[in-house]
Amino acid sequence: MKQLKSSWRFLRVYPVIPLILIGFLVFAAMFAELITTNNGEGGDLFYRNFPPSWYENGSSYYILGADPLGRDVFARVIFGARISLMVATIVLSLGGLIGTLIGLIAGYKGGQIDELLMRFVDLTFAIPFILVALVTVIVLGQSMSVIVLLLIIFSWGAFARQIRGEALSLKGRDYVSIARISGATTPYILWKHIFPGVVNTLFVIGSLRVGSLILTESVLSYLGVGVPPPTPAWGAMVSDGRDYIATAWWVTFFPGLAIFLTVMAFNFLGDWLRDYLDPRLRQLRE
Amino acid sequence: MRTFIIRRIIYGLAVVWLVSFIVFGLSRAAGDPRDLYIDEYTTTESWEAMGREMGLDKPLIVQYTLWFGNALTGDFGRSMYHRTSARAVIGERIRPTLELTLGGLFFAVITGFPLGVLSAVKRGSTWDYIGRTFALYGQALPAFWLGVMLILIFSVQLKWLPTSQRGDWTHFVLPGITLGWGASAAFVRLVRSSMLEVLDSEFVVLARAKGVATRWIIWKHAFRNALIAPMTFAGVLLAAYLTGTVVTETVFAWPGLGRLAVQSVFNNDFPIMTGVVMIFAGFFVVANFIVDLLYSWADPRIRLE
Repeated sequence: MKQLKSSWRFLRVYPVIPLILIGFLVFAAMFAELITTNNGEGGDLFYRNFPPSWYENGSSYYILGADPLGRDVFARVIFGARISLMVATIVLSLGGLIGTLIGLIAGYKGGQIDELLMRFVDLTFAIPFILVALVTVIVLGQSMSVIVLLLIIFSWGAFARQIRGEALSLKGRDYVSIARISGATTPYILWKHIFPGVVNTLFVIGSLRVGSLILTESVLSYLGVGVPPPTPAWGAMVSDGRDYIATAWWVTFFPGLAIFLTVMAFNFLGDWLRDYLDPRLRQLRE
Repeated sequence: MRTFIIRRIIYGLAVVWLVSFIVFGLSRAAGDPRDLYIDEYTTTESWEAMGREMGLDKPLIVQYTLWFGNALTGDFGRSMYHRTSARAVIGERIRPTLELTLGGLFFAVITGFPLGVLSAVKRGSTWDYIGRTFALYGQALPAFWLGVMLILIFSVQLKWLPTSQRGDWTHFVLPGITLGWGASAAFVRLVRSSMLEVLDSEFVVLARAKGVATRWIIWKHAFRNALIAPMTFAGVLLAAYLTGTVVTETVFAWPGLGRLAVQSVFNNDFPIMTGVVMIFAGFFVVANFIVDLLYSWADPRIRLE
């Protein structure tokens, strides 16, 4: 009983379950071909809306059943992890890079540049993103690069705003002033003296943003303007099953569950990381 | 108060302007903008007339002014799919969307605020646990999936509520919950954290010391002050909420603006799309303005500024 209690405490203090989930997700994304022999793109209409294997008439081949085009739901969920993580990784690294640069400059330079950049960030938060995405897709067509580009445009702001605040407070420190007096150039100061001070924040925002990014990407693919078919994307899979919900609930249920668990895991990890690295950032999510 | 209002109006106009700029920019970035407005019945004459009308032989700034002027008067061009003016098509859809928006907001307010207050007042209790869990899970739950799962449980299995479309009040329940869910979770989180802060403040301690009734302290002293912090997030929440209507309307085949926008992507109906986007930007600005007024009501410091 005592052991049970201490292991429960361990689970509450450290993000063990989220890490296991994320670990599995990354594994699935990288080695999807090893987990399932089916790539989830080719369908067999004979197995249309085929039930999961625990149903009496199910088959062990379709563990989680098949979708309306007879494609393996399990394989599609596994391969969907790849798309979600790929989009999130690209968007976060590029958006994080742009946001950090702009945040550092705004915070360090201050004055009108700062004011202008931050008001612009405010505006990007107020733009209804999904609608802009719809217009873009209507004009430029549906492709992976359009989606990634859009997500980058709407995700750098969060980084810029937070990094700017950090840079602003670091700027007044003695060691920065001394560096400036001894003639160090602005890029040098930013890189050597300010940037190391904001790395923790960068990681925290990054991990907190993964969840909402994956959620946004899945909304786009649910609406049919995300990563183009037949590539399996979780949002699109939920949409595939919408009209068959009365007869084939598994088509919708499992991809949605995958989104939910993934976002959940990243949010938990982000929260933990924030509290661990910097308790002052507790208000960040609000 | 006046500078506050003026600043907020400028901010709202900036949002509309930026949205219009994005839409216009995209229409010009993809080559000849007339390609977005033609259909199989377009003749050479009307093609040229269209060019003159849009001012394509003039500088971009003139073209933009022409386009934006038309947009302000509600003229977005002719819908290619519906074969009538985009304005008429959009006009029919405004009311359903507004109704749905209010329905979702109603759900979010009647669940989010009380739960937020309750979990702060009874900190560490079961209510607090429920509140925090809901806030945490509510954020991670994709609205479209929640909608479909609600349909599965309440419409397909239990047969209590209709699956989709507009109609009597029963048609509002599931879409309202789907739309309001995210906002409700956000309310719980925001109200709880700011309520906790206010309850710790000196004037609440003083009121307690004076022997003011707990209920009075909670609602009169704490709640109104606890509303201030969440309101600063209103802009971001509103933008997310408007996005939510697009998703919810798609799930429940609700005949509103959001669904129209999604359909227009598949019908390649650019005039409709631009109209809906501009209307949404307008909605956002008006809603944001209302929140600002509430904000200044809750926080007298703003009125005196």
